[in-house]
Parts: sequence; C-alpha cells; structure tokens
Amino acid sequence: MITYLAKRIASGLVLLAIVTTITFVMLFGATENVAQNILGENATSAQIVALEQRLGLDQPLHVQYGKWLSGAVRGDLGTSWLQSERVSTILLHRLPVTLSMVSLAILVIGIVSAVLGVIAAVRGGWADKVIQVISVVGFSMPNFWLGLILVVIFALTLRWLPATGYVPFSSSPGGWLASLALPVTAIVLSGIASASQQIRGAVMDALRQDYIRTLRARGVGPGSVVIRHALRNALPAALTVLSVQFIALLGGAAIIERVFAIPGLGSLTVQASLSGDIPVLMGVVVAAIIIVLIVNVTIDIIHAWVNPKVRLQ
Amino acid sequence: MTDFSNEPTSRSPKQGRFAFARAVLANPLGLVACVMLVAVLCVAAFAPFIAPYAPGDLQIFKMNAPPGDGYLLGGDGAGRDILTRLIYGSRNTLAGAAVAVGVAGLIGVVTGLIAGYFGGNRDVVLSWVSDGLMALPALIVLLAFYQALGASIYLSMIVFGIMLSPSFFRLTRNLVNGVKHELYIDAARVSGLSDLRIIVRHVLRVIRAPLVIQTSIVAGIAIVIQAGLEFLGLGDPATPTWGGMLQNAFANMYTAPMAILWPGLAISVTVASFVLLANAIRDRLQQGDRVTAGTTPKPKPAPSSSHPRGDSPDDDVLLDVRDLVVGYPGKGGWTEVVRGVSLTLRRGEVLGLVGESGSGKTQTAFAILGLLSEGGRVLSGSILFDGQDLAHFSEKEMRPLRGKRIAYVPQEPMSNLDPVFRIGYQLVEPMVAVLGISRTEAKARALELLARVGLPDPKRTFSAYPHEISGGMAQRVLIAGAVSCKPDLLIADEPTTALDVTVQAEVLELMRNLQAEFGMSMILVTHNFGVVADSCERVAVMKDGAVVEMQEVTKLFAEPAHPYTKMLLGSVLNDTTVRSYVAPRNPEVTA
Repeated sequence: MITYLAKRIASGLVLLAIVTTITFVMLFGATENVAQNILGENATSAQIVALEQRLGLDQPLHVQYGKWLSGAVRGDLGTSWLQSERVSTILLHRLPVTLSMVSLAILVIGIVSAVLGVIAAVRGGWADKVIQVISVVGFSMPNFWLGLILVVIFALTLRWLPATGYVPFSSSPGGWLASLALPVTAIVLSGIASASQQIRGAVMDALRQDYIRTLRARGVGPGSVVIRHALRNALPAALTVLSVQFIALLGGAAIIERVFAIPGLGSLTVQASLSGDIPVLMGVVVAAIIIVLIVNVTIDIIHAWVNPKVRLQ
Repeated sequence: MTDFSNEPTSRSPKQGRFAFARAVLANPLGLVACVMLVAVLCVAAFAPFIAPYAPGDLQIFKMNAPPGDGYLLGGDGAGRDILTRLIYGSRNTLAGAAVAVGVAGLIGVVTGLIAGYFGGNRDVVLSWVSDGLMALPALIVLLAFYQALGASIYLSMIVFGIMLSPSFFRLTRNLVNGVKHELYIDAARVSGLSDLRIIVRHVLRVIRAPLVIQTSIVAGIAIVIQAGLEFLGLGDPATPTWGGMLQNAFANMYTAPMAILWPGLAISVTVASFVLLANAIRDRLQQGDRVTAGTTPKPKPAPSSSHPRGDSPDDDVLLDVRDLVVGYPGKGGWTEVVRGVSLTLRRGEVLGLVGESGSGKTQTAFAILGLLSEGGRVLSGSILFDGQDLAHFSEKEMRPLRGKRIAYVPQEPMSNLDPVFRIGYQLVEPMVAVLGISRTEAKARALELLARVGLPDPKRTFSAYPHEISGGMAQRVLIAGAVSCKPDLLIADEPTTALDVTVQAEVLELMRNLQAEFGMSMILVTHNFGVVADSCERVAVMKDGAVVEMQEVTKLFAEPAHPYTKMLLGSVLNDTTVRSYVAPRNPEVTA
C-alpha cells in the first residue's frame, strides 16, 4: 500500500512537472508584447526594454525556466506582474474561498446523490425518474446560466439572498452559508446528475452479489443489507465519481465565481488570464494540480480504509 | 452493444446501420432529439436567410429594449437584435463543438485502438498520458493557455479536444480489449489479414455505436465549456456567440434580466438534444437484455393445491413443495426455470437434489428461501414449510424464518463473504439480528462455532478479512454462519463443488455431523452421485426444471425407474472414485 501510494505521488509529480513545463513554454514563449501591454500605449521603447529586463524576459527561455523552477521547488512562485504581491501570498488568500465552496458543493452532491442513488437502486420508481430527469437537465444547463437565473429570481426579485460577494466562514458562518447558497446550488446539479447515476449503478451491482443473498438468508434486515453492506461496497465507485466532480468543479469555479463575484482561485485565474499576468497563471496551474494530487491520494487512502483488500496491493 | 458484437458479419453493414437508425428514431425522445439537432444545423447553415438583421446591426435607442417593435426577443446591451444574434450564434457554437469533438475523437480513437489492439508498453504509456490529462481541471488549463492561444475560440477548442480525448481513448481501448480475443478476430488474423484491415473492418464496426454515444456527449460538454469561455470574455468579441450574449446579458442584468434567458435556452436545448440522442442510442443497444416495464407478464394464478400423488398431510413432513413453477421475465413473457417441482422432506432427513447444471436445482433452493434473483418469482405451486405456504409469503413475512428456521450454505465460498467486513462481524451481525442476543454473547457463540466447524485458530479467523483465508476455511465459516441460529432446515447448494478434492470429503462429513447433532433437515443440492450416496437418505432427480424421480437412495441406485436417472447413473458408475464411495456403505448397490 505504501509503495502504491508512493508510486501514485511520484506519478503525480511527474505530471506536475510535465504540465508546468508545457504551460511555461506556451506562456513565456509568447511574451513579445507583454511589457507593452503592462506599460500601456504610450510607453517609450526604453521603458519597455527596462521592464523586459526587470521581468527577465530578455533572457533565453531555458534560463527563465531554470529560474522559475528553482524558485518553485522552494515554494517561491515569483511576483505578480500587475499587483506587487507575491504569487504565493495571492494564492493563499484565494484558495480557501474556492476550496470552501467546492467542498460544500461536494458534500451536498455526495449526500443528495447517495440518498437518490440508494432509493433508486432499491425501489426504482420516482427516484429513478428523478435521476433520469436530472441527468438530462443537469448535463444540459450550463451551471453559470443556472446561477444567473438563480440570481435573478432569489437575489434581484425575491431579495432572499445576496447576489454577489463572499463572507469568510471565520467571520460569520451564517453569512458564509448565505453567500454560498446560490453558487453552490448552481454547481451541484450537474454533479448530482452524474454521481447519483453512478451510485445507483454501484449499489445495484453490490446488491446482486452472492454475499448479499447469503446475508439475507441469515436473516439480516434490509436496512443493514443496503446501508451497511451494499453501500459500503459501492463506496469506492462513489468516491471516484466524487473526486472527478471535485476536479471539474475546481475548474468550473472560474465561471461561477465570476457570476457571483466570489474572490476565489477561479476569478483570479480569469483576471490573470485576461490581463496576461503570467506568474500568477503559472501559480494557479501549480496549485490546481497539487490540489488534484492531494484529492486523489486522499481518495486512495479512503479506498484502502474502506476496502481491506486494497491495503495489500 | 450486443447487436454488433454478436453477429458482426451476419448482415451487411449498410442494412444494419439503417435498421439501427430507424430503431433509434422510433424512440420518441430520439426522434425529438434528431429533429432538434437538424433544426439547429439548418438555422446555422441558412442564418443569413433566416435572421431579420445582420449580426452587427445596431439601433442605439433599442439598447436593452423589451421584445417587440421589430426586435422579436428584444435588444441587447448594444442595441442589437437578440434573435438575430441567437441565429448567428448557432454557427459558432456548432463549429466549435465540431472542432473539439473532431480532435478528441481522432486522437482518442486512434490511440485507443493502438493501446487496445497492441497492448504492452504502448498501452501503459498511453494510459498514463490519458489518466494524466483526465486529472487536469480543463477550464484552468484553457484559461492559462489563453494568453498563448489568443482570442480564437477554435484554438481553445482544439486544446479542449485534446483534453477530452481520454474519454474516447478509454472507451475505444476497453471495447477493443473486449473484442480482440473474439473468435472472428482470431480467424481474421489466421487468415492473414493485416492488423490495419482487421481494425478497420471488425473492431471499428463493434465500437461504432458506443462511439456515436460518446460523440454526442462530448459535443454537449464542448458546447457548455465553449459558452463558458465566451461568457468570461475569452472569445472574439466581433463574432456573435451564445456565451458572448450571456456575458452581455449578465452585464445588463439589472436593466434587462430577461435577456439572459434566450442564449441559455439555446445552449440547453442543443445540449439536451445531444444527450437525448445518446440516451436513445444507448437504450436501443441495451434493449436486447432488458424487458420494458409495460411488457412484464403477470404471473399465472396459483392452481388449487390438488396434488397428483394425494398424500395425506403428515406431521413428520417439514417441507412439502408441490408443483412449484419459478419464472423470470424474458422477452416474450415468463421464462420458466423450474416447471412443476414436487418434493417432500421429513424432519431430520437429508434429501439429495441431483441433476445437471441448468436443471433448476439452485432456483428451487432459492425459491424455498424466498431469495430468487431480481425479477424472479414463484408463478404457481406451493411451498409448505411446517404448515405455512412460503410461496405466498412477502419479504417481510419471510425474514423471521431466514436464519432461524431455514438456513443456506452457498456454493462458492469466497464470493459469499462480504469482502469489506471481518469474518467475525459477519457471524455476529445475523445472530444479534435473529436471536436478539448481545454482541458479546454472539461473539462467544461465534468463536465456539468456528471451533466446532474445525477451524484451528477461531480467534484469528474471527478477526480476519475474507481475502485472508482459504476457500475451504471460508466454506467452514459459511457453514458455521448457517447453523449459528439453529435452523430446522439447512439448504446446501453444492457446498463442496468449489473446493479442493481433499477438502470436499471433510466438509461433507462436517455437514453430515452437524445435521445429526442439531437434528436439522437438509437439502443437499449436488450433481455428484458420490455425495448423494455418502450423505443422503432420499434423493430427487431433476431434469429441465422438473423432478423426474424421487426415491430412497438405496432403491434409486439399485433400480432407477426413470431413463434419465439410469443415464446419469450409467455415466457416473464408470467413475471409479464414486464406486469406492458407494461400495462400503451400500453393498446392495453393487449387488
């Protein structure tokens, strides 16, 4: 198990290295106009040359990459070109916002999908129909459009919830929940669509196993059979789909944070992308991949905890 | 999938495809989806003829104008006609989706074919790359690349296509892995066809329909992501796009909230059409293995329990099964797997239930337990257990009987233990539920039972997981579990078949001893006459879902009445191991 985890982490680090290298080459390979853009139309060529020198853009690409990499492995991701703040500081401000939103969304997706999926697997009927409808609607409606509609209805018309902004959990848990209610509602639908279907399938598979019949033959009640045995055996599949959802939401946060003016990683990415703040973009890519890596390793560990057989591999 | 993989060469591809397309269109949702997609396609193609204005036309006094006055859906924030821009926006949307799907499909299918067909190192490397791509949050990568790619949404869609290619890769690879060992592929290889021709002719045909489904779904994803990028302002502002329109509407949300409705609807309806088309195709592919709810046949009413043999009720009889018919829903009604089984079992008696595989032995056993697989049910007949007819018992009424009165030992020990729970837990839980005793008491009893069934280290087995013990040990655990609540009837379904020969005799002996010790009745399902001769007092012979002969064991061996029994015995008696079982205990058999 330890060697397996070590392999997974190593493989993830290789991925991190490859992707950041490609991103670096793509971004720093096309920096001819960067200084001009930062300084504006009226900059003199002397100013531009000076800025390029200061940013290190006049050096060959591999030298720039070497500098960036040696900083990055020490946790120094450089300084933003547009705000005079360190990239790592910016990221540390933005990450908790996005992570709290995505985690809340994953929690909601997990609970709703587990309930729907289990009822649909055991009873069929209305839960099956709900899942079928959600699977089409949740997939077809862009979540930011749903977010816009929610804003119009609940914030602009009914005035129940704030349309924009974010309140940190530490300053007001109630305000935090209120500020995330609409964005989280907007992003969970598509997650519920795929997760509830997967959980339904996994529970149905588990219920067809021989050991379920044997447990029933011994007189174990349906509640225990479904919740304790079938759901627990379906858990790995459910966790996998939730981890995939986590990754999707981490990216999707970019759009939904824009709609709700949430100062998270997503809006930072959009801002940096539109303004060409390349060090920040590199930082975002690094942070996102590391988060994905952490999520995947955590899922592996939970798998091992749930399924004793995995521990041996 | 079945349509293609089962008979890949039996009909000409053209015929097959058209028949298939017709079947998909026969599904109302599939038809609606196709009509919608064709409509969107036409709108995109003939935009200049349909749209009332040019996409760039603006009338300054119609900024955020309400619907009417020449602007059917109103004006946007710059005073342009929303309807016109919706119509032109379909072009960009479909083209962008086509680019993403094209790139994803091309890369994914080609690499998937290589990985699946050739395997080895190529598979390892490609799978790693695919997993890596899937682990990336696509939108963040697209946003990061925007600086390098520039405002062209098509370049972004190419990158997105690459990021989506793993979905095609995995699908293709798994499908190819599934078919590459089929006989017709081997035959093609032996007959000297080149790899390329085999792939194109046989493999691609099998994976065609699943690929269409995947294409539909990926097209939907691409449309949504594309709209998202445009909404963020990452597209070319000069081109009318649905996402760009949403951005414009968002900026003017306080003045003209209705404007956010139309582009979103256009996106949703288009994507929903793709999803519904995918669903219609999937439904069609799965139709072979499923019965639609409307055609589920009703069970026949149970006949009055007149009995051909007309035995009088006997206090000594524990179980009396009469004319039992068990069926599963099939294509044209019920498929009967048990057709009129009758058998009786006295208290303390061991009855052998013999027959070749598929003769309905196991289904009869499950029917008695009320544990038929999904969809199965008792269509007629009765199962009198201690005077109660179990055939008409509900699940709720059956539950108190299971474990306590009727118990079950399965055939395959390893698959009958829940892999994620310790063995001890799986023994304790039913005892607590059935006997209502405390956990500590149940644990003590479980340890006793584990020792009784001959496990050398009960404590260790108790705290072991199923994968940590051998098949023979697992079967002993299952036997311990079955007898743990002192049942009156034990149904053992081929309890030794899956075990090593050396262990078989020990397990049989254990069962026989426990049966005598607990005074249980036992039904021993088996296909082995040696087991019958060794353990049973009477035997019922099954063929094609019915009992053809029920006899005392000695009598059955001496003078089998039914030709089928004779045939079975004839084929077995040549087997020396069986005779060595039979001879010492039942000398009259060989006489």
